[in-house]
Amino acid sequence: MSKKKENNFEESLNRLQEISEALEGGELGLEESIKLYEEGINLAKECYTTLKEAELKVTELKKQLEENLKK
Amino acid sequence: MTEPILSVSEITSRIKHTLEENFSDVGVIGEISNFKAHVSGHWYFTLKDSNAQISCTMWRGVNSYVFFTPEDGMKVIVSGKISVYPPRGSYQIDVRSMKPAGVGELQAAFEKLKQKLFEEGLFDEKYKIPIPKFPKKIGIVTAIDGAAFQDMKSIASRRFPLAELVIASCRVQGEGAAEDIVKSIRLLNQRADIDVIIVGRGGGSLEDLWAFNEEVVARAIFDSRIPIISAVGHEIDFTISDFVADLRAATPSAAMELATPNRDDLFAFISEFSYNFPEKMLKIITDYCDNINQAVTSYGFRFPADYVINKSQQLDNILYRFQSNFESIFAEKKNRFGLFESKIKSQNIDNVLKRGFVIVRQDDKFITRKKNLVAEKSFGIKFFDGEVKINEQEKRKQF
Repeated sequence: MSKKKENNFEESLNRLQEISEALEGGELGLEESIKLYEEGINLAKECYTTLKEAELKVTELKKQLEENLKK
Repeated sequence: MTEPILSVSEITSRIKHTLEENFSDVGVIGEISNFKAHVSGHWYFTLKDSNAQISCTMWRGVNSYVFFTPEDGMKVIVSGKISVYPPRGSYQIDVRSMKPAGVGELQAAFEKLKQKLFEEGLFDEKYKIPIPKFPKKIGIVTAIDGAAFQDMKSIASRRFPLAELVIASCRVQGEGAAEDIVKSIRLLNQRADIDVIIVGRGGGSLEDLWAFNEEVVARAIFDSRIPIISAVGHEIDFTISDFVADLRAATPSAAMELATPNRDDLFAFISEFSYNFPEKMLKIITDYCDNINQAVTSYGFRFPADYVINKSQQLDNILYRFQSNFESIFAEKKNRFGLFESKIKSQNIDNVLKRGFVIVRQDDKFITRKKNLVAEKSFGIKFFDGEVKINEQEKRKQF
């Protein structure tokens, strides 16, 4: 589950960039703009929360390594 | 007096005793040749100079403390004891420890390996794998109790805590460090979820860092399908690992910075976006409003309104004309109708009178029945050619 969330973070961030550029391009219709606006605000909120609440996780590959080191 | 006759074993035993007693602790400098690492783990080689040579052995377990892999031609200082091997009647140095004769020796080994790997193409740019921008899992090959790991951990948690650090701990110097590093790199490569690997350690002497100059480590880095950032020692330390790796970082901390995006930058991007976004949206809406205004006030848009005004004026005109025409026509018709009416009326009566009938009239009323005539009052008889008044008195006189 957490893996999926992380996946989404990168995608969300890229999407945010895309939306930002699309809106600046100013070639979109009003309805399209409003749709993107809503999507963008939600993405920004999501990314912010994900990033803010993230905690570093450290995993040690000890057991596997020890098994591996046995000759 | 003749010397006692000794058996081969006896003389060998005496030699062995003499040599081993007198040379129980020697230090010897010489150049390695015929170096052989046996599968058993023992090392066999010869030390020589221009005039002499001596066999050497270094047992497994002892030789694992040597931080470098000896090579033919390398000048080393060994320490140990002389031992005699009776079955072959040979003597050798039982080496306890070995070190390079000088930094120059290591430097030379370094340059030699570097040249060799360079010629093989292990440093080629075309083999470098790009480092991902947003790593989900970062593999780390270093000592888990080292300062380098602590540094990397704190930088990762500060910069990009979304990442997970997967540490494959290993020895980074001395005994078996190179092999240990290789195993850790391979172990991480067996996992499908590692995006980037940092291989490194903190600063130290050339000897401390030597594992990262070993050929096995270089090849393991080259063979890694996961991109590797090499981070050994300080800014000034260059190792073979640095050349083979996909990216070289000056220090482990720097490596973690290269491996992770900066959270503050991301926050800045997001908040800038959140701030600018509503403004952008408002601008889009205002632009549309302007467009609408422009369209509405344009000549083309005004035309229909003007058209309506024109037409209604025209309509008013027509109505006015229609109404006045109608009234005059109506008046005329009415006139003509009146004429006809009186004409028709008079004609009807005249025709009847012409034929000899008369109309009796009393008090301006036509009397059409006998019972309606009041005999005592005067009345008139209208003929075609005139009316005769009959008075009561005159009537009496006549009748």
